[in-house]
Amino acid sequence: MNKYTEDDLKKELETQEYEYGFYSELDAETFPKGLNENIIRAISKKKKEPEWMTKWRLDAFKIWQEMNEPEWANVHYKKPNFQEISYYSAPKQKTKLNSLDDVDAELLAMYKKLGISINEQKRMNNVAMDIVVDSVSVATTFKETLAKKGILFMPISEAIQKHPKLVKKYLGTIVPQKDNFYAALNAAVFTDGSFCYIPKGVKCPMELSTYFRINEGGTGQFERTLLIADKGSYVSYLEGCTAPSRDENQLHAAVVELIALDDAEIKYSTVQNWYPGNAEGKGGVFNFVTKRALCEKNAKVSWTQVETGSAITWKYPSCILKGDNSVGEFYSIAVTNNFQQADTGTKMIHLGKNTKSTIISKGVSAGKSQNSYRGLVQIGARAENARNFSQCDSLLMGNDCGAHTFPYIECKNKTAQIEHEATTSKIGEDQLFYCNQRGIDTEKAIALIVNGFSKEVLNKLPMEFAVEARKLLEISLEGSVG
Amino acid sequence: MKLKEKLITSFFELENEGMLDLDSNIHKIRSKAFADFENKGFPTKNDENWKYTSLKSILNNDYTVFPNNETVLELKDVKKYFIHEIDSYKLVFIDGVYSSFLSDTTHERMDICLMSSALKNTKYKIIIDHYFNTIANRSGSITSLNTAFSRQGAYIHIPKNTIVPKPIQIIHFSTKNEKELLLQPRNLIIVDENSHVQIIERHQSLSDAIVLTNSVTEIFANKRAIVDYYKIQNDTENASLIDQTFIQQKKHSNVSVNTFSFGGKLTRNHLEFHQEGERIDSNLNGITIIGNKQLVDNHTAVFHKYPNCESHELYKGIYADASTGVFNGKVIVRKEAQKTNAFQQNNTILIGKKATINAKPQLEIFADDVKCSHGCTIGQLDEAALFYMQQRGIPKKEAQGLLLYAFSNAVVEKIKIPELKSRITKLIAMKLDVNYCL
Repeated sequence: MNKYTEDDLKKELETQEYEYGFYSELDAETFPKGLNENIIRAISKKKKEPEWMTKWRLDAFKIWQEMNEPEWANVHYKKPNFQEISYYSAPKQKTKLNSLDDVDAELLAMYKKLGISINEQKRMNNVAMDIVVDSVSVATTFKETLAKKGILFMPISEAIQKHPKLVKKYLGTIVPQKDNFYAALNAAVFTDGSFCYIPKGVKCPMELSTYFRINEGGTGQFERTLLIADKGSYVSYLEGCTAPSRDENQLHAAVVELIALDDAEIKYSTVQNWYPGNAEGKGGVFNFVTKRALCEKNAKVSWTQVETGSAITWKYPSCILKGDNSVGEFYSIAVTNNFQQADTGTKMIHLGKNTKSTIISKGVSAGKSQNSYRGLVQIGARAENARNFSQCDSLLMGNDCGAHTFPYIECKNKTAQIEHEATTSKIGEDQLFYCNQRGIDTEKAIALIVNGFSKEVLNKLPMEFAVEARKLLEISLEGSVG
Repeated sequence: MKLKEKLITSFFELENEGMLDLDSNIHKIRSKAFADFENKGFPTKNDENWKYTSLKSILNNDYTVFPNNETVLELKDVKKYFIHEIDSYKLVFIDGVYSSFLSDTTHERMDICLMSSALKNTKYKIIIDHYFNTIANRSGSITSLNTAFSRQGAYIHIPKNTIVPKPIQIIHFSTKNEKELLLQPRNLIIVDENSHVQIIERHQSLSDAIVLTNSVTEIFANKRAIVDYYKIQNDTENASLIDQTFIQQKKHSNVSVNTFSFGGKLTRNHLEFHQEGERIDSNLNGITIIGNKQLVDNHTAVFHKYPNCESHELYKGIYADASTGVFNGKVIVRKEAQKTNAFQQNNTILIGKKATINAKPQLEIFADDVKCSHGCTIGQLDEAALFYMQQRGIPKKEAQGLLLYAFSNAVVEKIKIPELKSRITKLIAMKLDVNYCL
């Protein structure tokens, strides 16, 4: 029997390449590089936006110009030059698409490579999908089925035109333009994203899904997602991302706003697999994302994220638990390898009575990567009987990586109950030995242990994503144990 | 006049009056530290390390920087502040001035004396130059301020293979009623190979005057040395304390610092452990019980730099009324520090309606073969336990006190001087209003 040693595993891992690193030749229309008021007006015009929207963008741009890039995160990188980025890139379309059959064949081929076949999707999976390439939403499936229930699911650019009242009412209420540097930038230049509205009491019959893809070089992707769950409704939303392998660093600065009105429930899952850069740390996507949810009375928002990609991740999906009895959940696995750096976590702001939050964060670092958890649990003075449970576990593989936790706990109410636990460890030799003893080889044992380590989070993912996520984990982790 | 400006002029005054040896190495360190303070000023809330503690309320006073002549205190008036049940070496300072009457120092086989006299005596020059400000120099502007004005404090040097027969008590009294007072004691403690020492430190205000103490202590524990350090902080509501303790440990040494914070307007404890060798054990324990509008801020950091070391940290806090607690526990494990065991635990009970706790347990780990964990809880007393006790005829208030007493007991258990232990037990019982039979 050939002995499969850990060195073999390590080699295998190092040669394991980014699967989604291809670049598709799409005929694209790209704006010149640089950012100024004219570019913003041009984006707005291109999108046929109403006047208020243009103004909103310009306001954001003004705010952005006065802001400085945040430097508090535990990541080190060369700051992107914001004038060297093209803020609009769209696959060229001659006419408006009526059905999926009209979609560009190149585009379809790309999706096939990505493992998402839109055609197949139509029949097999019960998932409605919005696909965003570079800056523009290219295809949305299942629109009609959803429309029957009164659910609006469309690119946000379309929503601005068709449902301006809804958009105007909610856009920027959770993440205002001035919230932070990247949120302001996004507000000024966002080109597309998904918009979703679930009417009162409607339980969305299928998973809604958005797939993001950066394709063109020298572009940044700035999408904005706005999801509103009206009273008593339910929706589960998935988000996935990939990008081609390039030597340059690409910028992705997205904003996601979730609004869960009374008794509503939103489940938001992300599998983030942007190009992480090569083994020498060259290239990769800079992922600066602001995600926030507002929970009204009895509402529940649950964030689940699997982070395996990006050279830099800067992301803190948060919940504002405003209503009484509202619930916030955060489940996350962040895997970093090679030169990746992740600074990610969550904020749970308890304002209402009897609010509850759970944070489960698992970090796995390998290679020369740095993985940080940064979280805030804040209990307001009026948040009676608030309850929080946090758990941050880190797994280190090899001796060149680092794991960090920066949990902030601020409690102003004596009835609150908060627990925070964090551990850091490696895969124990005794654990491996135990498996080996029982006839499980090292490779499988590691997979088993890592799977067990991240099970609590993987279990929260919808079926379709759980499989993909598990696969991603295996690719990223196998054999990094030294 | 703003405090900063006042301190700047005071420093030049100090230099001009010929009170210091301006050519010495120490003065070079002072000048450098002074420049650092002049440059940075006092920390504000924008500083991550001072995010939750504002110094504003205590910096607006017109402090007297130079203490006056010696005030005489009668032993019987201050006896209760000593652990008087046991024989001990004593270093007593009244308004920053050494009180030879209350003190009990020695130069026999070891040096337990004053910083000011050690600075004057050339015999100590080599040692002072070798150790002074070598670990405190990387800290913030407040430490620099202390360094710039460092003249007085405790100087303790325990040579090789010595077990100090009795504990050392360092006590700072402040008495001035009419004036706000700023005290800046500086302690240097060196414990050589195989030696063992126990030290109790206390800052006590005897009046209602406003006092701010900015204290810095450097402790050097060489090979296999054992140091037990106890800090008792049970001051008046006008007294504030910024206490910074820096510890450097060499291999196989064991240092414990136990902090008991029971009062004061604002108490900031900065505790830093630097491990410079293998198989080191560092222990950090603390109990905080405060009420009213008091604030206690515990900032701890342990730097693991060598393999096979341990650190154990246990902090308990009980916050009543509108008091505020801050806990920031950093554990940094460098790449070389394999097989590190680092444990940190921080438990808090809020009993006051307006009480606040801000906790930030922080782990930064660069080595893979380590066992590190931190736990942080904030909660209330167990209703069921309270009910059980009430059912058995114990009044609610007393039951509450007993439960809180039990909560803090895990830290009390770690005190190694029996007399001190019973003193602390009494203090806790008093704070919690329980009639614990002693």
